[in-house]
Amino acid sequence: MNKAVIKVNKLNKSFGDNHVLRDLNLTLLNGETLAVLGKSGSGKSVLIKCIISLIEPDDGKVIVLDNDVNEINQDELDILRARVGFLFQSNALYDSMTVRENLEFPLRRHWEKGMRETKAEAAVQEVLEDVGLAHTVDMMPEELSGGMRKRIALARTLILRPSIILYDEPTTGLDPVTAREISELIVEVQKKYNTSSIVISHDMHCINTTANRVVMLIDGRCYAEDTYENLQLSMDPRIREFFE
Amino acid sequence: MASQSNTKFLTETGDTARFAVRFFKELFKQHQEVDEFLRQCFWVGYKSLPLVVTTAFIMGLVLTIQSRPTLVEFGAESLLPAMVAVSLVREISPVITALICAGKIGSGMGAELGSMRVTEQIDAMDVSGTNPFRYLIVTRILATTLMLPILSSLSNAVSLYGGYLGVNIRGEVSWHLYWTQVFNALSFGDVLPSLIKTFFFGFAIGVIGCYKGYNSKKGTEGVGRSANSAVVVASLLVFIIDLIAVQITDLLGLT
Repeated sequence: MNKAVIKVNKLNKSFGDNHVLRDLNLTLLNGETLAVLGKSGSGKSVLIKCIISLIEPDDGKVIVLDNDVNEINQDELDILRARVGFLFQSNALYDSMTVRENLEFPLRRHWEKGMRETKAEAAVQEVLEDVGLAHTVDMMPEELSGGMRKRIALARTLILRPSIILYDEPTTGLDPVTAREISELIVEVQKKYNTSSIVISHDMHCINTTANRVVMLIDGRCYAEDTYENLQLSMDPRIREFFE
Repeated sequence: MASQSNTKFLTETGDTARFAVRFFKELFKQHQEVDEFLRQCFWVGYKSLPLVVTTAFIMGLVLTIQSRPTLVEFGAESLLPAMVAVSLVREISPVITALICAGKIGSGMGAELGSMRVTEQIDAMDVSGTNPFRYLIVTRILATTLMLPILSSLSNAVSLYGGYLGVNIRGEVSWHLYWTQVFNALSFGDVLPSLIKTFFFGFAIGVIGCYKGYNSKKGTEGVGRSANSAVVVASLLVFIIDLIAVQITDLLGLT
């Protein structure tokens, strides 16, 4: 049986009177891609931000690669974060840096001191080739299209060779063709880099393409959990509304 | 209502103090961002130079022209270089330089870091475990702290040169005589406290600009507010630090 790489246990998070997450439990197994499906504002992004400790939960435990993210100190958290990639919905590329500098930024801060330039250059070239954008290495983010920015953001996530990748709405704001290409790219990099992933989305095509298992987040709780195909056959009206 | 705004003010002050303490903690850790620090020194120092120098020149010239009639009235025209030198070096030049930097650098930092916060670039650094505080904040605060005294010293020199031209508009004082009078009038107690307080001005501008930008609220309105309040608070702090510095100088008998 595959080992759990992320375990979320009774997670609660409120913003004022708005209870976003209520006793949420979730497990990500090694090597699988788990999709979290839910309406806008259902707490999907809050969930993965709690997993990476960008948001502190009110209550509950988050265990990532055997580390309780709310118990470890900042240095330990930084080391853990290097093993967990995060793809932002907005891409969050550093807009004052070229593509090369964007990719080298995390790399240079995690590799051992004295890292050879050629090694960094090779790593940058490899991930850019993996996302099909080797020619953009000296371009600025503002010169790239939406789809290209998403690919570069994915390349920046991959360059540290993370064990887990968290995707926050990876296809939102993209045209259908580009959205399909990004979904296929997620599957490709998952195979090549052997990562476990959580994909937050309400794009049913993306979820169908990428996910081994789907969790439906409704009212801050895990409402249903199954494969995409089985959920599609469900007669529950709250589940059906996502497929219709 | 008043109690609410008092609480907000105290919370903000406490958070800013914690932010400054974190700067010192991070400053003495290993693996500092030397390249980014040098880049910030270039931006803070070199890019502010034309504005600081132009203002200093005009300040020296105008102060001399404005002071002459009063001194002439008392038959003390010969004291003009000495009076201008003491006024400029002790007070006007460091404070005006700091205010210009509060406007230019403080607002720039507030807006730049605020935009990075809003577009999740700081979060992106955070989640890749790269310590954005060390990269963005330590380098900027250190650069403003070290560049302000240099800018202020240059401002002193240029404003005194402006004073020389101002003296010579209606009178005739040789280059040598002017500078002899200037240096005779200035003492250790004029120059050193003035130089020391510019470090504090620079530190305050850096901390406030970075704090406002780093903690910017979401949205473009938040970025605008960060840039604006960075200038307002930093300028106010410059005056408060100046007031404290004058009191300390006075207590130490350096006046």
